[in-house]
Amino acid sequence: MPVVAMTVNGKPASADVEARTLLVHYIREQLGLTGTHVGCDTSQCGACVVHVDGRAVKSCAILAVQAEGAEIVTVEGLAKNGELHPVQQAFREHHGLQCGFCTPGMIMTAVDLIRRKPNLDEKTVREELEGNICRCTGYHNIVKAILAASQEMR
Amino acid sequence: MYQFNYARPKTLAEAEALLAKADDPKLLAGGQTLIPTLKQRLAMPSDLIDIGGLKELDFIRAEGDAVMIGAGAKHATVAQSPDVKKHNPALAALAEGIGDPAVRHMGTIGGSIANNDPAADYPAACLALDAKIHTSKRLIEADQFFKGMFETALEDGEIVKEITFPHPEKAAYMKFPNPASRYAMVGVFVSKGPWGVRVAVTGAGQNGVFRVKEMEDALTKSWSPDAVAGVKVPAKGLNADLHGTAEYRAHLITVMAKRAVAAAG
Repeated sequence: MPVVAMTVNGKPASADVEARTLLVHYIREQLGLTGTHVGCDTSQCGACVVHVDGRAVKSCAILAVQAEGAEIVTVEGLAKNGELHPVQQAFREHHGLQCGFCTPGMIMTAVDLIRRKPNLDEKTVREELEGNICRCTGYHNIVKAILAASQEMR
Repeated sequence: MYQFNYARPKTLAEAEALLAKADDPKLLAGGQTLIPTLKQRLAMPSDLIDIGGLKELDFIRAEGDAVMIGAGAKHATVAQSPDVKKHNPALAALAEGIGDPAVRHMGTIGGSIANNDPAADYPAACLALDAKIHTSKRLIEADQFFKGMFETALEDGEIVKEITFPHPEKAAYMKFPNPASRYAMVGVFVSKGPWGVRVAVTGAGQNGVFRVKEMEDALTKSWSPDAVAGVKVPAKGLNADLHGTAEYRAHLITVMAKRAVAAAG
């Protein structure tokens, strides 16, 4: 079996994996980081979004071996010294969740979005959430939380 | 997913050698179509040869009257490239509209055209912009490249290296996305340039992307939305599925063509 080595949330991680192992399964099952969710089997829902070398990627649409040598950040890696990331804080304050299943992916997508487009408006946020599905249809507060976080982080 | 061997060559030459040696190999670029396909067990390659990280395929540069895009350039990179935005804003806008942000961070232009999904966006751009497709073996004109649904002129062991897009004078792409999948129900790319006028349609044809000669003739006489308004594309040969009939798609082609000409100005 191939050995993959990568950095996950700032720490080195390496393990034997089958070539067919998806990054999301490696993260959840071998590293035990279950904050990243699997919401669909078709790479459409975005619950599994993580950052690979600083860019939001669906971890169910990339093999673990493809991430060899990469820097991975999962939702567990956002809070620093016990303080929530401003996007996490905004989701909490604006109740940007209902059941919470899509939340890790929403937050990772939002962090990437605010990095790419610091001056957000509502239309842009809604367009950029194209690849993240909230089955509760709770988009209103998710959009509100992202806009608030982008203000906060300016 | 079925089992496969995985290799990550460091050079294009090494990738070619691996392709030649393997039993039933597939190239893996961004994997945004291939990985979901493998997950559904709709493909069973013996070997995946990962060219996604090849630096020699990852470039965009403007030279003379064309923009050269490496096959490994990601959709997000094309969308944000100052060279593409300056010389070919319609192409940048098309790239910005593919899939969703996470898909655009992984998916590549080479992977898209080599796969030739009948509802993919890039094939329409290649055909309408008279693109030149450089492979590891030869140069293929866009007109000769797209052969049918998921079929291209690529031979076994041939790898797309670069796509050259000559600068258009006017161009625009208008897509009517399926509301669930966001793939094009119909997408129309119109252009005017040294090659004359071209109109390419994706999403609608049973055999993938195609040109509409009647619209090209009408726009050559008069470049205006009204010129294509009266051109009806026959429903024969168009896709019909639960999302829309062939007649509906035929109607959309005219509507999208009008909008594209209006957007191109």
